[in-house]
Formats: sequence, C-alpha cells, structure tokens
Amino acid sequence: MTTPSDPASLDVLRQRLAAVASLDAAALAAEEIAVLGRKQGELTHQLKALATLALDEKRARGAALNALKLEFEAAVVARRAELAHAASAAEARDIDLTMPGRQLWVGTRHPVTVVIDEIVAIFREIGFAVALGPEIENEERNFGALNFPPDHPALDMHDTLYLDPRGAEWPVGERLLLRTHTSPVQVRVMRAGPPPYRVVIPGLAYRNDPFDASHAPAFAQIEGLAVDEGVTFVDLKATLTHFARRFFRPDVKVRFRPSFFPFTEPSAEMDVSCAICGGIGCAACKGTGWMEILGGGMVHENVLRNCDVDPERYTGFAFGMGPARMAMLRYGLPDIRLLYGGDMRFLSQFGAAGR
Amino acid sequence: MNVSRQWLEAFLRRRLDSTDVAWRLAMLGAPVDAIEPVGVDLSAFVVAVVLEVRQHPDADKLRVTLVDDGSGTISNVVCGAPNVKAGAKYPFARLGTVMPNGMKIERRTLRGEVSDGMLCSARELGLGEDHDGLLTLETDAAPGAPLTDVIDGGDERLIVDVTPNRADLLGHKGIARELAASLGVPYRLPDIAGEAALDLPTPARFGDEAPVGGIRLAIDDRDGCPRFLAGVIRGVRIGASPEWLQRRLAAVGVRAINNVVDATNYVMFELNQPMHAYDAATLRGSAIVVRAARGGERITTLDGIDRAIPPGTLVIADADRPIGVAGVMGGRATEVTNTTSDILLECAAFDPVRVRRARRALGLSTDASHRFERGTDRWGAVDAFRRCIRLIVTVAGGALDGPAVDCFPAPTHPPRIFLRPSRVAQVLGVDLSWSTIENQLVAIGATIVSKPDDGRIAVDVPGWRPDITSEIDLIEEVARLYGYDRLPTDLGAFRPGLREDDPAWGVMERIRLALAGHGLSEVVTLPMVAAAGAGAPKVLNPLSAEHRVLRDALLPSLVHQVEANWAMQTADVRLFEVGAVFNLAANDGVPTETLRAGFVVTGSRAPAHWTDGGTARAWDRWDALGLFRRLIDLAHPAATIQVEAGEWIARDAAGAMAGRCGSCLADAPPWASAVFGGEITVVFDGMPTPAFRPLPVYPAVTRDLALLVKVDQTSAVVTQLLTDRGARHGLESVSVIDEYRGKALAAGTRSIAVRLVFRSAERTLTDPEVEQAIARLRTSLERELDVTIRST
Ligand SMILES: [Zn+2]
Repeated sequence: MTTPSDPASLDVLRQRLAAVASLDAAALAAEEIAVLGRKQGELTHQLKALATLALDEKRARGAALNALKLEFEAAVVARRAELAHAASAAEARDIDLTMPGRQLWVGTRHPVTVVIDEIVAIFREIGFAVALGPEIENEERNFGALNFPPDHPALDMHDTLYLDPRGAEWPVGERLLLRTHTSPVQVRVMRAGPPPYRVVIPGLAYRNDPFDASHAPAFAQIEGLAVDEGVTFVDLKATLTHFARRFFRPDVKVRFRPSFFPFTEPSAEMDVSCAICGGIGCAACKGTGWMEILGGGMVHENVLRNCDVDPERYTGFAFGMGPARMAMLRYGLPDIRLLYGGDMRFLSQFGAAGR
Repeated sequence: MNVSRQWLEAFLRRRLDSTDVAWRLAMLGAPVDAIEPVGVDLSAFVVAVVLEVRQHPDADKLRVTLVDDGSGTISNVVCGAPNVKAGAKYPFARLGTVMPNGMKIERRTLRGEVSDGMLCSARELGLGEDHDGLLTLETDAAPGAPLTDVIDGGDERLIVDVTPNRADLLGHKGIARELAASLGVPYRLPDIAGEAALDLPTPARFGDEAPVGGIRLAIDDRDGCPRFLAGVIRGVRIGASPEWLQRRLAAVGVRAINNVVDATNYVMFELNQPMHAYDAATLRGSAIVVRAARGGERITTLDGIDRAIPPGTLVIADADRPIGVAGVMGGRATEVTNTTSDILLECAAFDPVRVRRARRALGLSTDASHRFERGTDRWGAVDAFRRCIRLIVTVAGGALDGPAVDCFPAPTHPPRIFLRPSRVAQVLGVDLSWSTIENQLVAIGATIVSKPDDGRIAVDVPGWRPDITSEIDLIEEVARLYGYDRLPTDLGAFRPGLREDDPAWGVMERIRLALAGHGLSEVVTLPMVAAAGAGAPKVLNPLSAEHRVLRDALLPSLVHQVEANWAMQTADVRLFEVGAVFNLAANDGVPTETLRAGFVVTGSRAPAHWTDGGTARAWDRWDALGLFRRLIDLAHPAATIQVEAGEWIARDAAGAMAGRCGSCLADAPPWASAVFGGEITVVFDGMPTPAFRPLPVYPAVTRDLALLVKVDQTSAVVTQLLTDRGARHGLESVSVIDEYRGKALAAGTRSIAVRLVFRSAERTLTDPEVEQAIARLRTSLERELDVTIRST
C-alpha cells in the first residue's frame, strides 16, 4: 500500500486508468471495485488519506485525485458500454436483420379533409375563424337572403334538392332543402351579431346533379366572408392572391375575371396559372394556361341589407371554392366518385407524410 | 352562346384572332369554353401566281400553266378552267395536299403534259357553289403566303359562357360591343349583301290595339307583353337562303330552314331579339292577340308535339286558338311553309318571368325562351324589327302591306341611375377619376346625362342591359371595363373577427386525427341513400332511386363501403366517417340533422407478420368496443355504454340513445371475416378540462383472483361490487384479465380472473393488510353475489 504522500501512486493510478480500455468484462468489474470501491478502492483510500496532509498539499493533491477519479469513472462507463455493444452485435450476428419488421396499419384522413384543413389553416393566419351551419336549410337563407330573385335564370345554376314536407304546408321561403352552397352560413353569421365578420365556412353542399366522373350530388365546399368598415375589392384581390400563393406555390400567377353571382357585386373568378403546363396551355387547362379555382366578390348590398347590416357603413367580400376539385387537381384524380367512396386501395394512398 | 368569328369581324371591320378574342372576352367576364373550326380547313393551301398560260397541244379544254407557289421551283400545272390568266393569283394545292373532298394531289400526266399541283376553284375548296372557274385572289400577298391570310376560309365558332345576367351577350352585337371597348375601335352593324332598296318608315305607334295589313293586333295581357311590333309582308317567295346567310347560321350551329325563318334567326343571333313569322293566310279571324291561356287550351308546337297549355301561360292567339307560346315556340298550324306567300312578322317584348314559367311548365327550352328569360331590349326592338323586315325583303322578296305597327301601351324609358364616385372608391378600394369612370360607362353604351352639383353622375342605362338597375351595378361595370387586373393586390390592415371557431370544428378534427392514428381511413359517403329508417327525411325530387332518402345513421353506409371493398377483393377494411345524419323531429315531423362519427372494421387487426406465419388475428368485437370507447371519449364524453339486447348502446346523461356498437350484418363473401362497427352522436359543448391527481408516492400491491361465477352473472356486476367494497381497503383498480368456461367447472358456472391493485396514499401496504382486504372482499362476494374465489 502506498503512502498518501507518494507521488508515484498517482502515476500508477494513471497507468491503471490507461489500461481500463482493454479490460474484459470480468476484469473491468474487478478493477472498478479495486480502484473506485467505496470501502477498499485505491482512490477512495487515497482520498481519505488527504485529511492527514497540510492544507496546501491537501489542496494540490486533492484536486489531482478528484480529477483522476472522474476520469476513471468515465473510462469504466465507456468500456462497459463498448463491451455491451460488442456483446449485442455478436448476438445479432445470428439474426437476419433484413427480415421485415412488424407493421402497423396506417390510418388516413380523407384527401378532401386534408385540403380543407390546409385552406382553413391559411385563412386562420390572416384572422379568419371557422363557422359551420346545418345542411338542411330553408329557401330564404339559401336563396332569398342571398339575393336570388324568384324565377330568375340564376336559379338554374342551383338545381335544388327539396325535402319532402310529408303533407305539411311549408310556405314559400320556408320550404326546406339541402343547401346548394355553404353561403346560408354567411347569412347565419351576419344575423347573429354586428360586424366585423371574418370567417371561413367548410361543409357539404348538395345539387340535383347526376353522379358521374365530374359531378357529385353532394360535394365539399368552403367559403369565406369578411365584412367591416373599409373592406374593399382590393382587399378581396389581396386576400385571395395571398391564399393562392400559400396554397399552391409562392410564384403562382393569378388572374381575376369578372363573373356573376347573385350574392356578390362586383363578382369575380380567380384563375391560377396551370401547374401542369406552367401557363403554356395543355389539356388540363383546356389550352388556356389557367385553372379556375374560386369565385367571389363584394357582398351584394341586398345581402347585407337582408342581414341587417348597413351597406353604406359596412362593405365586405365573400368567396367560395371546391376542395374536392382542388384535391382532384393536386392529386391528379380522374374521377370525383373516388372521393365519395370507401375504396381502401384509394384512401390508403393518402397516409404518407406530406400533403 | 355560339359566336361566329367572321360575324364579329363583320361588326368590327377587321380580322380577329380567336385566341385573342377568347382572352379579351374572358377578362370581360364571358369566358370562351371552346373554339371550334367551322367548315373547311384551308391551312394547307397557298397563294400562287400564274406566270404563263398556253394551250394544251392535245386537248382543247386544257391549258398548261407555269405556276410560282413561292417554293423556289416553278411548277408545270395543267388546268381546265377557262378563266385562268397569266399574272393572276389563285389558291394553289401543292403536291401532297389533301382536298376537302378527300382527294390527294399527286403528280399526274394529262395527255403528255405533267401536272405538279392544282389551281383551285371556290367549289374545290369547299367555299361555295359558284363554279365558273378558278377563285381569283385580289391580293398583294406574295406567292407562297398561306391562303388563310387572304381569304375568309373556314370560320371559327367560339362557345362563349354567358352568365345569366348578361342578356346582351346573347347577340353578336353585344359581343362586338365588348370587343370594341377592349380593342378601342368602333363597331357597327354588318351590311346586308344585296340589300333591297326599301322605304321603311318608323312603325306607327299604337296602344294595346292596332290594325296591320288587314289583321287586328291586340295586347290583352299588358303585364306579360309590354310591347309588340308587327308587320305584314305580302308576296314573299319561300326558298333557300343565300349562301352567306346559311353560312352565318351554320357557324352558330343553327340549321337553315327557309329564307324567312333564317332571316328571323339571323336577327336573333345578331341583336338578341327573337322574332317569329306566321303564315298570314292561316290566321283565323284575321287577328293576333297576346293573352293568357284559358283552361283546356292546347297547341301543336313547331316541333310537332301536341301540348296542353297551363292556364295563365302567355300565348299568341288568333281569333280562335293559341298559335304560339309567347317567347317559347310558335305553333305548327301557322308556320311558314314552302307555299306561304304572305307573312305576319312578330317582334315583341315578353315578361321574363312568364316566359320562364312557361318554359319550365312545358319542359321546352328554346333559343327564344333562353333570351326572353334573361331580358331582351324592348327599346331596341324597333331597330331589330326594321332590320328583319329589310332582310326578309332582300332574301325573300315581297312588300309591306301598309305600315308596320308598334303597340307599346305604356311606354317607358331605360332607368336613370345616379353614381357617386366616392362610393366607387369605397367599394373598389381605388380612387378613379371622374373621366375614367365615365369612359368605362360610355364603353358599355350608357349615356352620361349630366353632372349634377351634388357630386353624383347621372347615367342613362342602355336598354340592352336589363341587369343594370342600381348604383352597385354601375360600379361593377366600371371595375369590369377598367380591368380587374389593373386593381392593386396589397393586403391591407384588418380587424380580426371576434368570433371563435365553431366548437364542432375542433371536435371533428380531434376525432379524425385520433381514428386515423388508430389505423382507420376517413371516408366521405353521400348522405343520400336508397333506403333508411322510417324516421329518415325523404328527398322530394331525387334524381335517382339510389339517392331518394337521407341517411339516419352512418353504419349502413359504412357497411356498404365494406361490401364494395370486398367486391374489389379487399379483405382488410378500416373506415370511419364524420358527418350529418337526418331525422324527422319526433314532435312536429320537421327534418333535423345530427353530427355523427362512426367506424367499421373487418379483416386483419394488423398487417400479417412472418413471426406469425403470415397470418394475423382478425378484428373482433372487443377491438370494436375499445375503438367505441375511444370514440366516445372524443365525441361524447358524458355517454355511458350499456349492454342492451345483444349490443352495446351508448346513452347520454339524460338516458337518450347516443350511439351503438357491435357486429354488423353484411353481404359477405365466404373468405371475408366478421364486420364490427360503431357510431356515436357528436356533442361539442366543450370538453372537460383534465383534473390533476397527485402522483402516487407508495408502491402498489397486485393480486390476481380466479372467481367462480354463474354464467348469467356479468363481469360488470362483479367488478362493480369489488370496486365499491374495496375502496376502503385501498383497492385502487380492478380489471378482468381472463375468462374460462369448460368441463373442469361445475355446470352453469364459469371462471373469470380479475387483477386487483391495492395502494395506500399514506404508507406502503403490508402483505397481511392486503390478505385481510382480500378476505373481506371474499366475504362480500360470497354473501352478496354467491361468487367464490377459486384460487389466488
Ligand atoms: Zn395547362
């Protein structure tokens, strides 16, 4: 046993430290006890012996011993990990690790849900909240309040599914129908309180259309409404341009064309440059280089009046689009019926990461 | 609306490129859906000049020419036309060109003379029937120039998508007006080829009754017919229209019928004013009356169908009977035929709503009804009427019998609207100058009447724009003509709305994410189905029996989707849906809707793995119950599950049924495994905030017991008793871990194993304490339920 003041003992310990890296498992365990053991350990022993030294000698030697102890502990841990890893690698040599792992079913959200969520998220960034409303509506909210004159050809664009009154008398305007667009929710929002309004409205809408490759009698729609003092057509253009850049790609080109909807004036449709041909013209864009994406406009004065909003004080815009169509464009779907069926071979394609 | 490019060119007196026209119209709000070639394709032909002509040595009727077609080679071409002249230019078909009749031009030798190509006549190009020789080209174009550069070859048809508000765009004049504004050029009516010299005074103005050519004209229904112009033309010769007129109609897709009918159709497609010509000799009682149909009246329309006319429908009648459904279709009895010599020409304005109702009631949509429904220009009717008379006299001869008449019982003017430039800025977000605003309004044909001192612009709306009735309509026109593209797109400041998300949205999102996380795929099925429960609302006007009623539950639709997957040989199906279901309210029978979430699973519970020999355990009812429990936590936390009549029923706090879960009946192929599913009503009155419970400090003690219970005793009763009685002995949880039924047990009994977890909040429990607790529980079980412990 070395004396506490023997500097040679430190050198010996340093040599033993260097040797740790090549010990086998049993020798490592023995060496750990021999050096670091709480009762018999060499280092423990020397640290205890410090008490007998003079103050300045105690300080110098104590620091050296403590540093050595930490190094020794680290070396033991490292060597043990190295030995464990080598052992497991040896074990694994007998296993064919190329065999397939146990898999889990990957669930998926509907591609149209994914698109709707993305649209909602973009509008949420610029202050819109989600509003919802019922799919059964009355004529007044679906048409009248939205400035559809009775017996107007504009109604031809909305082939309406009415509900059977079962003998009951529903007065005109109160007749129940399956909403032909999500716009009646605008009416509900506006009638629920004063502006400002800033909402997006996702939901199903219904038309008496045949169920074919490009039509479904029920289809997803999402629309937006922003009404306040000083909201203008420039805000509409700006908001929808921002949306297009976020949803499609930052360098997407947009164009606004005049259009007609009974509930907006001025009315517009927005096209984005065709992603498939880059605007040169192809079959997907019917050679125009543009894809029609959404319609909108300034909320018609009559609609504001019908919802008790003063059109001289408040102005606003509304817009609507078809997430199913946008999903079809994004994923290259040939037939809308894929979206209204439960074919696992189709749905399971939308589980991977990304969008 | 089908639009002929050449017709527009005639209005604008310039050549147009259809692609450019399509772009301009789109940017003005009338997109072009398609551009279709009409007639022959002349793109293969070129202009050629004849350098030299000599007589064919061996054939009297043939000439031999030298032709320069710009290719650099002078061709020897044999030609049979007598009018071929040196120095003149003609259409030329080079070798290899396919003629409109399908013949391919190849090198030929005619009586010893080689011919390399063909000089063409109009007929050979499919351009007309005048075949007295080659088509001489009066042009400066160099040899080799495309023929289409110098002659109107094939026309093009533009299919214009006209929105329902733009009646004026249903005539070529209206389209030409928009293009003229876009191009900054003037436009005027095309000349009528060979127009007859005709002294045509303005029709004499009358009230609701007038004599015309010996026939009495009367408007009995002023609301339905505010204006009616008529003239009698005698001595017309019915025959085919001239080629130019036939070509115009063919270009817009209308079949030529005879010169008189073609003339009325021409004016309709030009000026958006439908007209009708009656054979004057067939009018009974020498009268034309506009009136409401009486009960029981019928008519055989021009399409040969005998129709009952709903009473009140606006009709044109003679003294005895309806001879036309006003604004929709004329009658067969009075139609112009080959033997007609005298006609009565009608040019009227009808109430759009009356025409629409008649069209819908009769299920008869025509070019005329389409236009009347959208509104014709009653003030422009006089010009249209006069043009039609000139055209008829030009193409069919005849002469007016006395002056034409104009019954306009209550004359009106197009509206005058006041426009505030400040309002333009408020709506559009840009300050446009007065002159800019005025320029756009002048471009649509409006008249700026005056500039009153109150800062408003007084605007007289043109008669062909029935859609413009208020200030905002003018603002839209200003923006439209100014160009939406020229308005800025800078996102300005906004006040955020004060509304929160609809609470249902967050719940729906959570359900979707959770079930997708459990390996299920979201599906959207049509809410209209072929059959549902007795309380499901019916659709009044379903398109097909497949979609005649609204679903009152999600599970049947989901099971249907499973069957569809089976039909595609897919055995592993895991679907969920979040959507509305519909019911008739119990009290008043009014249809209502409820948000539901449902799921269905069949097939393997996980993808098969080689460690299990490629097989996988199938979904069972216990999996379904677990999913159902999870769904309830998300969608309806207050609901409790009870066993009722062999399935799990969820009931809300008030005891009302909120959902169900169990095995599903399905039309299954033999290889399919069982189907399980569940659905629950979604509530969204706020999710409970989790309450924090301090983490346990002392260790738990776990004991498993095997209990002998009777087969008709439920595990729920046993675990409930253990939970209730065990609480004061530190029993933290009870779970069922096994069940055994078998011969080893007495008849009528089964064994269930439970796992009990004991824990104290104050100290570590000792074994004797736990043994004592179990002994107490044993006593309770035996005494209260007659359940014994088999082993511990
Ligand atoms: Zn394209």
